Amino acid sequence: MNETWIILGASSAMARAFARDMATQGDALLLCGRDTADLERDAADMALRGAAPARVFAFDTRDPESFMPILEAGRASKGVLNVAVFAGSMPEQADIDADPSLVAGVVTDNFTAAAAFLMAIAPEMEARGAGVVVGIGSVAGDRGRLGNYVYGAAKAGFHTFLSGFRNRMGRSGVQVLTVKPGFVDTSMTWGLEGMFLVASPSDVAADIRRAIKKRRNVIYTPWFWIGIMTIIRTIPERIFKKLQI
Amino acid sequence: MPLNTEPYTGWGRVLTGTGGRLRPEKTAGLKHIDLGPAVGALRSYGDAALNEKPSVDMTRLDRMLAFDAETGVLEAEAGVPLTTLLDTFGPRGWMPAVVPGTGYATLGGAIAADVHGKNHHAAGSFGQHVLSVRLIGADGVAREVSETAEPDVFRATLGGMGLTGIIESARIQMMACPSMLVDVHERRMPNLAAYMEAFEDSTATFSVGWIDATGTGAKLGRGILEEAEFATRETPFWKPRKPPKPVPFNAPGFALAAPVVRTFNQLYYSRISTTGRKPTKPIAAFFHPLDGLIGWNKLYGKRGFHQFQCVLPTESAALTLDAMLREIGQSGLAAPLAVLKKMGPGRAGPLSFPMAGYTLAVDFTNRPGAAPLVNRLIAQTVDAGGRIYLAKDSLAEAQQMAAMYPELEGFRATLRALDPAGLFETDLARRLNIRGMQ
Ligand SMILES: Cc1cc2nc3c(=O)[nH]c(=O)nc-3n(C[C@H](O)[C@H](O)[C@H](O)COP(=O)(O)OP(=O)(O)OC[C@H]3O[C@@H](n4cnc5c(N)ncnc54)[C@H](O)[C@@H]3O)c2cc1C
Ligand SMILES: NC(=O)c1ccc[n+]([C@@H]2O[C@H](COP(=O)([O-])OP(=O)(O)OC[C@H]3O[C@@H](n4cnc5c(N)ncnc54)[C@H](OP(=O)(O)O)[C@@H]3O)[C@@H](O)[C@H]2O)c1
Repeated sequence: MNETWIILGASSAMARAFARDMATQGDALLLCGRDTADLERDAADMALRGAAPARVFAFDTRDPESFMPILEAGRASKGVLNVAVFAGSMPEQADIDADPSLVAGVVTDNFTAAAAFLMAIAPEMEARGAGVVVGIGSVAGDRGRLGNYVYGAAKAGFHTFLSGFRNRMGRSGVQVLTVKPGFVDTSMTWGLEGMFLVASPSDVAADIRRAIKKRRNVIYTPWFWIGIMTIIRTIPERIFKKLQI
Repeated sequence: MPLNTEPYTGWGRVLTGTGGRLRPEKTAGLKHIDLGPAVGALRSYGDAALNEKPSVDMTRLDRMLAFDAETGVLEAEAGVPLTTLLDTFGPRGWMPAVVPGTGYATLGGAIAADVHGKNHHAAGSFGQHVLSVRLIGADGVAREVSETAEPDVFRATLGGMGLTGIIESARIQMMACPSMLVDVHERRMPNLAAYMEAFEDSTATFSVGWIDATGTGAKLGRGILEEAEFATRETPFWKPRKPPKPVPFNAPGFALAAPVVRTFNQLYYSRISTTGRKPTKPIAAFFHPLDGLIGWNKLYGKRGFHQFQCVLPTESAALTLDAMLREIGQSGLAAPLAVLKKMGPGRAGPLSFPMAGYTLAVDFTNRPGAAPLVNRLIAQTVDAGGRIYLAKDSLAEAQQMAAMYPELEGFRATLRALDPAGLFETDLARRLNIRGMQ
């Protein structure tokens, strides 16, 4: 029996790569995002790859009204229902420093919108007693850094939410997977200075697929970031606060 | 949209693009950028996709848009790699009518270079199977060009090396793909004369030959001819290919030194018994034998390499090839990768590479003596009335262009009307004065 995937932030290159894999398996896709005209092109592509079917929904993290039709379509789906959250935003920290009113939006895009959506769909998934929730966090959420601490804080909030949500959903047989990517070659990082060990979106998608199969809880992708972040997390705060990393 | 200012190179890694790249991830992104020439998967070897000003990387606009299972007509965005088309539609009985030696080339790159494949003698070039192109012109507006709408612009775009504008998407006629397997016949060719005779006698759908470019004397021009037909029996089962493995680092300088290459080539030649070999292979392995090794160009070391590829008119090909192979063999500079193939007349545009005759492609590590040798080979090509392939070249000179591409003046006239300011000019176009403005 084929499954249904709600993809929030479907225009992200990571989301595209993941959704294509699911399309090739013959799953049904609900592609959710802001540029619906462009997502229609993705839907056509996914259908040609085997999705059955791929549909497009307007989705804006800042507009909870936009969640409704997606939630309804999710509830109307048959079989196993899954959700993958790729939506997120990372304005320059300097811009946020200059205009603190941006903080709320960053928290909404990376954390609270997804939390609200997931809690709204949770009863349906619990009732079905199966399914997967994939939440894209970030290594940036593991420790607040000078360069992007508001984004990092929002991701940390999302990680903590997913941890508790896992505790809840696991009781009904729903897997909740937290994905912490390092640097990935997407529009978020294109042209940024100081990128290294940049992974391709399709590598990340493959890691997510494997983690779902193995029913993992939390993964770093690529895997070596677990080592890098272990080191970064163990640096004592009195030293860390002086670092420029 | 941010400009990625990181320098980038073509497949040969000798020349560098310095102008940076924009990379739209959505179609709308194309409307909000300063226009520059398009960049595909950077599988061209020289400076075709390089620029000293900003370029537009098309690899993220890679969606298949529509497919008619009755007629095999496909519409897709320019950034889609041909291997995706093969993987997606092959099992359903369709494939691109022409596939070059790498499946990573994008649809846009395949059109812009009017690429040829192992069936060129019969199927012609890629551009001959393109029905229409959505082209973004110097005014930033996308429009449909085809054999009926602006036919001059359409033809100039097929093989036009990106100079007519950015190909946003295209409609192509695919061909039937009766099997995901091919039956291959591999035979030793003891010398050039035998080799060319075999090509002349060949009736195979696909044919290509590896040639030992280190061969001298009686072994001059020896190699292995590969002919193939789609397998006729049922495909037992079709497994997607194994994920490709990357080459982790640049190979050291001695890896391709002359004695190593000679030894390698001897082994490579002898691996096929005197009676030949008839393996059945997955089509992807046959069309794209090197794609399983990501970044194999690093095997040439960090100095990079040149590929010389020419096509020579049938009448004089034997003589010219003989002279070229002598020169290459004596130089001790050739790498193992060298290909000989008979081409048909099929070509789609004024700047298309193919002509009826023989094409020879040889890799040379970029070490002392390589560039002068390639320059001598280019001069021989021009003298013989042949031409070199712009998608591979980084060494030819402007005054050689018109002799090799007799339709250059007409192409220039089309460009003058389309892009007077040279928005889409590339390093290749500047080096060879393709726009004719210098
Ligand atoms: C291993 C290997 C084997 C090969 N074998 C063959 C072969 O058998 N036959 C053959 O013909 N070629 C062959 N090639 C060459 C290759 O097919 C061509 O260079 C092709 O153009 C590469 O496509 P690309 O997407 O990488 O384009 P790039 O290399 O990125 O660009 C090549 C040219 O296309 C233009 N271009 C790219 N995209 C667009 C677009 N969207 N709109 C307008 N212009 C665009 C660029 O401006 C540039 O001029 C081979 C290359 C390799 C590495
Ligand atoms: N790239 C990295 O190195 C990296 C590393 C760690 C984590 N991540 C995380 O990975 C996820 C995917 O990001 P990406 O790298 O692929 O970058 P991206 O292309 O910027 O993706 C972000 C996605 O979020 C969507 N989005 C942003 N604001 C939105 C809003 N208000 N309403 C609805 N959708 C909105 C975007 O949609 P639009 O197209 O409409 O803007 C896009 O689909 C993000 O959560 C990101 O934080 C990325």
